Amino acid sequence: MNSRLKANIINTTSIILIYIILVLLIRIGFINNYYEGILIEMGINIILAVSLNLATGYLGQLTLGHAGFMAIGAYTAAILSARMNLPDLPLLLVSIVLGGLLAAFFAFLMAIPVFRLRGDYLAILTLGFGEIIRVIILNMKITGGGKGLSGILPLTSFSTVYFITVITVTIFYTLINSRHGRAIISIREDEIAAEAVGISTKYYKTFAFTLAAFFAGVAGGLFAHHTLVLDPKDFNFIRSIEILIIVVLGGMGNLTGSVLAAIIITILPRLLMGFADWNMIIYSVLLIAMMLFKPGGLLEKREFSLNGLLSGKKKSQGNTPVKNEGSE
Amino acid sequence: MDVLAKFLQQLINGIHVGSIYALIALGYTMVYGIIKLINFAHGDIIMMGAYFTFVCIVTFNLPIGVALITPVILCLLSGILIERVAYKPLRNSPRLSALITAIGVSFLLENVFFKKFGQNPIPFPQIINPSPISLGPLQISRITFITVLISVLLMILLDLFIKKTKPGKAMRAVSEDPGAAQLMGINVNSTISLTFATGSALGAVGGILYSIAYPLIDPFMGVMPGLKAFVAAVLGGIGIIPGAMLGGFIMGIAESLTKGYISSQLADAVVFGILIVVLSLKPSGLLGKNVKEKV
Amino acid sequence: MRRLRKLMSLTLTGVLLAGALAGCGQKDSGSADSDVIKIGGIAPLTGNVAVYGVAASNGAKLAIEEINASGGILGKKIEYIEYDDKGDTTEAVNAYKKLVNNNKVNAIIGAVTSKPTLAITPLAAKEGIPMITPTATALDVTAAGTNIFRTCFIDPYQGEIMAKFALENLNASKAAVLYNTADDYSLGVAEAFKNYFEANGGTVVSYEGYGADEKDYKAILTNVKTQNPDVLFLPDYYNTVGLIAQQVKEVGINATLLGADGWDGVLTVAPEAVEGGYFCNHYSTDDTAEEVQNFIKKYKETYNEDPVSFAALGYDTVKILAAAIEKAGTTDYDAVVKALAETNITSVTGTITYDENRNPVKDVAIIKIENGQNRLYTKVNPQ
Repeated sequence: MNSRLKANIINTTSIILIYIILVLLIRIGFINNYYEGILIEMGINIILAVSLNLATGYLGQLTLGHAGFMAIGAYTAAILSARMNLPDLPLLLVSIVLGGLLAAFFAFLMAIPVFRLRGDYLAILTLGFGEIIRVIILNMKITGGGKGLSGILPLTSFSTVYFITVITVTIFYTLINSRHGRAIISIREDEIAAEAVGISTKYYKTFAFTLAAFFAGVAGGLFAHHTLVLDPKDFNFIRSIEILIIVVLGGMGNLTGSVLAAIIITILPRLLMGFADWNMIIYSVLLIAMMLFKPGGLLEKREFSLNGLLSGKKKSQGNTPVKNEGSE
Repeated sequence: MDVLAKFLQQLINGIHVGSIYALIALGYTMVYGIIKLINFAHGDIIMMGAYFTFVCIVTFNLPIGVALITPVILCLLSGILIERVAYKPLRNSPRLSALITAIGVSFLLENVFFKKFGQNPIPFPQIINPSPISLGPLQISRITFITVLISVLLMILLDLFIKKTKPGKAMRAVSEDPGAAQLMGINVNSTISLTFATGSALGAVGGILYSIAYPLIDPFMGVMPGLKAFVAAVLGGIGIIPGAMLGGFIMGIAESLTKGYISSQLADAVVFGILIVVLSLKPSGLLGKNVKEKV
Repeated sequence: MRRLRKLMSLTLTGVLLAGALAGCGQKDSGSADSDVIKIGGIAPLTGNVAVYGVAASNGAKLAIEEINASGGILGKKIEYIEYDDKGDTTEAVNAYKKLVNNNKVNAIIGAVTSKPTLAITPLAAKEGIPMITPTATALDVTAAGTNIFRTCFIDPYQGEIMAKFALENLNASKAAVLYNTADDYSLGVAEAFKNYFEANGGTVVSYEGYGADEKDYKAILTNVKTQNPDVLFLPDYYNTVGLIAQQVKEVGINATLLGADGWDGVLTVAPEAVEGGYFCNHYSTDDTAEEVQNFIKKYKETYNEDPVSFAALGYDTVKILAAAIEKAGTTDYDAVVKALAETNITSVTGTITYDENRNPVKDVAIIKIENGQNRLYTKVNPQ
């Protein structure tokens, strides 16, 4: 009990400390507008990766339509925020939550046909749904169709993204380590056995899928109010795959891995920009090499923990929920 | 042109694209059948086939026969190489790692060609005269004729190869049960290589036919037809060869009729909509067998 | 072996992490040094529309070299800093932020295509930085702020010119229009064409949209064929036009093909399929004016290829900006913007002045494709 309290204190302090440092750096201009933009994208990618990790890493269902939910959230939030009259912060929060809810609602509807299927068929069906969402947005008037939606209010700031990211990760962390989280993991490990011990697999699958979609929608809302222009092309299946790459790179069913990988994947392409047209080649070679040498992801099954670092203890990772191979 | 003629014309347009989808879908389905991998790099084999042909014709000025065979052989070898280097080491790893590797290979191929051939789409040389042949009220492009002819011929050959020859039977055996196949004295590694070779060669032909129909090639040209062909493979029941052919034709025809009668922009939605409906009714594809899970 | 693997993966992780950290710590390289005038460029140097970006960028660079060779402006050399927007809105916004925040440029040239340009105009309007897009033809581009100008003519204008041309010079009564629904440029031109054509006695028998990534137009063209139009208007960029044109032949449509400035370059894609077509453009290489011929000569010497109209527009944009800075006598945003509004120079794409919406007033060239060559058919005056 004591150690958990201590861990909580350490985590909270460091989160606030990091925030203060970053805000100070932004204030004095060391981190300018451009780098602030990168930090915001990092936060958005973290939310996307962590939420997809719930569906793919913990629940064990490969889904390739995450960008679709992100699109629903992005467009809903952007359209709503332009039509509501509220101060900036509540306006952003209300519109992204509504965007997330609509994404979750669609995920809930999709869950019925999706979870009749298994494995790769399920993956392709989610990909199909993602593409359909994109095509529908492309053909709607209110979304600006193929021309895209512009004139979105610039509501996303570093601070909002930072705290929403922290809240998201905390929610997922708490969930994973709760009874419900263990139920979700048990479905991945052995669905039939899970059902046999009385876990309602249908309920938990739908729950995890919907929750993941909600947060993808929230990330979409943040994205919309950051880039200020939305184009259906931004949400094609390549986008879904990019999120999946983050999850796999960080390690399936590894939250801190997702966070770390999201940070790396956001920065890497910009870093490689110096190599001019070699950048994407280097990026793909790194990706292949990574998978060949570390197929389990960057951190594999180890969760990165500040407490562990600070106390210098190398004892077994108590909070690691995963024992077996990630996917089957 | 009366209503029926227009309908037939749209149907023919659909069969044209559909036969290309079917050829490409075969590569996906064969590879999936044997190592259960969604080979995302297959779409880029299409692109490579197109670029190799371009180089053979425009840069080296090879006679047309040689210029069309060489790319197929090069793609066939690339297919084997990709499997050996990128997928084989991961055969016992989590399947998702292999999937991400396939995506990595896909990115790599796209960007290597991007680097080599630059950013601009390149016009593909005209190999077949596009002017149409009149058949009663119908006008059928020569390109359509030849594409459908070659595709159907290759599908028949593939079917014979798989059913009648020893290596073909080995492929079926490995896809059924690799362990048992090995015990029966089948060399699993070379059978997998053979599968990649066959799939890639068909993909290359698909790529050439695709570029003849839409004569503008760029490093990312394989992504969309690759995705559609893959959906076609799933639609027919992935891992099942006649399923891929059926799926390809259904996709092509559905696309063409949607564009002709509803809206050209809804074509993708209709195609994926069909996929969703089919999978909801038959969870393992049109020709797939339902496998009951054993406890 | 296992050890090696572990070592490899550790190194790899290390490299990635180190890279990530280094990225955070990068500092601005250029502080405000006033020995040079910094001009920021945003153009798609890679990606689908790279052809235009590279051409516009080459044209701009050529003009800057010329100006620097003759002593620069206000006694200072021009430094040109350019980022690739890949034709993508997000990348354009990033490029803009980088130019203004990190490089502290004095003015912006870009973007090249309409969509990314529209993405950065609100930002530029807020900061008041002088911005000229060489080639973004969408109507709304200059509407965002009084500091945003352009060098090219606008979409509705092109559509009207071509509709008028079809009615009067080609005596067309039935027109079909195919347009790209995902592109402001294509949509804007198509709409203007349709409105003008119908208002002046013609009928548009077929008005069909297609998506940005479409490659197969045969289904649409089969429908168009049943309507038997006199002219088929294809306002899109030339790669797409080339694809459509070949399929027009496959389906067996005999209408005269018409297009807009996006056609410049179509001869490299499908010369046979567009033979006999007409399009409007910003300038013609046939033009005997001294500025034009000099530009063509220098461009060929430098880049070893013929300049397309986007190169000419890129070139003119730098000339307009340089003239304005010279006139303002300072790089102060407001002073330069004021000088830009009073522009009156003659350069490659004609004599340029600005109207109250900061759009240029100048001639349009109509070009006919004959024997695989672009030929100046006629010049149309704006009035």
